[in-house]
Amino acid sequence: MKVFNIVIAGVGGQGVLLASRVLAESALACGMDVKQNEVHGMAQRGGSVISFVRIGERVYSPVVMPGSADILISFEPLEALRYVHYLKPGGKLVYNRATINPSTVASGMATYPPDVEERIGRACRDAHGIDALAIAKEAGNAKAVNMVMVGSVMKNLPIDAKVVEGVVREISRDKGAEVNLRALKGGAAA
Amino acid sequence: MKEILSGNEAIARGAFEAGVKVATAYPGTPSTEILENITRYKEIDSSWAPNEKVALEVGIGASFGGARALVTMKHVGVNVAADPLFTLSYTGVGGGLVLVTADDPEMHSSQNEQDNRNYAKFAKVPMLEPADSRECKEFTRLAFELSERFDTPVLLRTTTRISHSKSIVPLNDPVAGLPAPKLVRNAAKLVMLPGNARVRHPLVEERISKLSAYGATMDINRMELRGSEVGIITSGVAYQYVREVLPEASTLKLGMVHPLPFDLIREFAARVQTLYVVEELDPFIEEQVRAAGIEAIGKEILPICGELTPGIIRNAFAKASVVGANLVFAQEGQSQGLPLPSRPPSMCPGCPHRGVFFALNQLKAYVTGDIGCYTLGFMPPLSAMDTCICMGASIGNATGVVKVVAAEERKQVVAVIGDSTFLHTGVAGLMDMVWNNAPATVVILDNRITAMTGRQENPASGFTLTDQPAYRVDIPELCRVLGVRNVRTVDPYDLEATRKALEEEMNRPEPSVIVTDRPCVLVKREGVFEKGPVLTVFAEKCSGCRACLKIGCPAIVWEPAEGRKGKAVIDMLLCTGCDVCRQLCKAGAIGRGK
Repeated sequence: MKVFNIVIAGVGGQGVLLASRVLAESALACGMDVKQNEVHGMAQRGGSVISFVRIGERVYSPVVMPGSADILISFEPLEALRYVHYLKPGGKLVYNRATINPSTVASGMATYPPDVEERIGRACRDAHGIDALAIAKEAGNAKAVNMVMVGSVMKNLPIDAKVVEGVVREISRDKGAEVNLRALKGGAAA
Repeated sequence: MKEILSGNEAIARGAFEAGVKVATAYPGTPSTEILENITRYKEIDSSWAPNEKVALEVGIGASFGGARALVTMKHVGVNVAADPLFTLSYTGVGGGLVLVTADDPEMHSSQNEQDNRNYAKFAKVPMLEPADSRECKEFTRLAFELSERFDTPVLLRTTTRISHSKSIVPLNDPVAGLPAPKLVRNAAKLVMLPGNARVRHPLVEERISKLSAYGATMDINRMELRGSEVGIITSGVAYQYVREVLPEASTLKLGMVHPLPFDLIREFAARVQTLYVVEELDPFIEEQVRAAGIEAIGKEILPICGELTPGIIRNAFAKASVVGANLVFAQEGQSQGLPLPSRPPSMCPGCPHRGVFFALNQLKAYVTGDIGCYTLGFMPPLSAMDTCICMGASIGNATGVVKVVAAEERKQVVAVIGDSTFLHTGVAGLMDMVWNNAPATVVILDNRITAMTGRQENPASGFTLTDQPAYRVDIPELCRVLGVRNVRTVDPYDLEATRKALEEEMNRPEPSVIVTDRPCVLVKREGVFEKGPVLTVFAEKCSGCRACLKIGCPAIVWEPAEGRKGKAVIDMLLCTGCDVCRQLCKAGAIGRGK
């Protein structure tokens, strides 16, 4: 089996790391080798966050090379555009359509590209925007965007959806489990 | 039993399995999570130290008392701990002692990218370098065995990509039957007076020769023979990249990077046509291999600066016409057309540092900075930092500047340092400033936590690593005891009071200290930080003057408008009610309620 490369992008505080953990734990539960990497430290302070999950029979490098990702999951449109070059030709992109202004935009020093979705479409033929924030709110918590995003790509992963559900149930705190599972299903249906 | 662990979690697990009794550290990215994860093993006495030197000295004491001790820090922390480290190399250990140095190639969160493998050679101690989480755990265990077997401290080196990558780790039971700690007197070995140290030095040289020979027999130094055309000596995360992009090449994977196993390297070199060394940062292995008379190619084709990546390695070998390597083209920017607005990290909404840097900017202060969240005061729009060297440097730097500039310029010099950094290595600088009467102003930003590394306790936070209540250092009183006559405390949420205090102390021709007293907004402990009522912008009153944007608060959003002035809006979810922006609004457009 060829190594399956996943890149997850977003903004500090959006739960990129927890989403990565769900995918990595799911791969382990399926008996596969897995490596995950992200650079944190600055992440809590609203910076751009990128995480890699690599799944296969034997995985060496913990980082994904630009031009080799099978799938890019972005929790924010601008971050999708920032990291779209990680996709291999023919790779798939799923992004949350809700925008978050970078501090440079909020303070009027830069402009958020108004045509961000058009540019995503031009950069990737297989790009899908979903209203993850709305779906998360419907599921019961705006912070469950990360689970919606995981749900939205489940059918594209070399992992059984049932396994992912099991992992989400296991790592969620008591109350959060039901919300997270609804978010996961909402994402899968989007 | 298998778990997915980060390199840091795996080192903590390895320490537990190795029967470690004492673990100490000062937090520093990318090493911080090792000690945080060790707290889950109740068998280990774990604590933060005020700085890395103290952490290592505590570890040395525990080792001399007969226990296994783990000490962890980031790469620049070893500079602080270097003094005890070099002499510990001479004394050797009681119980095993392992020092983790977490290096940061690419400087993801650091001020330099020094290659700490050089410390192993410099201090003449062995260094192990794991290549994934499984090895992090196994090498930690092995490091303790080597430490006791060869009577030496052992360095375990990780890099950011190893510390923060997760992979599958099989778990084992902890070792049993380690000797109980007790006082053992051995002054000739442990009192490093010249007469004793002269006896120890030849033993250190002998030890490193023995380790080099032993290295050739160790499993962790492993020849993997594939094709005979290309042979690559490599270690750490670079090994993973080599396996990824050059699967046909033979590799000599080094788990111990100092001392090098020269017998094994010669054997490997003889089996391949061309020998390469693939290593991040310095040509540490390459230079020694060449000095041993073995031809090797390394930094001729690979960069010294920054991290390696699989792409960089593949391109380097493609350009060197190595079969099987094809050029990859970085596509960054190609598909995007226009440049994207960057998303840099910024101080949190409600951060107590914001008002201080706003005032420093307004007063055109020359700010000698330090290491912490407040280093972000360098970023626009606050733009109020002129120097930043290392932990604790701000105060000494200020003293030096005022020694040389004209009297009129002296007034502008302000040192800015956080509570944890002040207690780390700033206290001696302040002592010097008073002793030698340098008339600079020192601002101690007391937010009651070590924030940048993820909110760790410190001697002025009132709690220990394991959450036990502890004596809380009284920072203003400490400054007075050092001889500072002008110590005052201000609320950094009060802009006018902060500006006034700064102006007065900057104009005072003697040393003075201003302590800003507000907790970090991220401190979760009850009763420390409390959110105030959220603020709002009354749209009809907003004149669009942009004064509130000058503090760079992420909760304030600028909404441009076609053909007329834009307006500011406050994001109610992000606002903590700190009230700083309201004090800037001359139009009275910011307030509470509707």
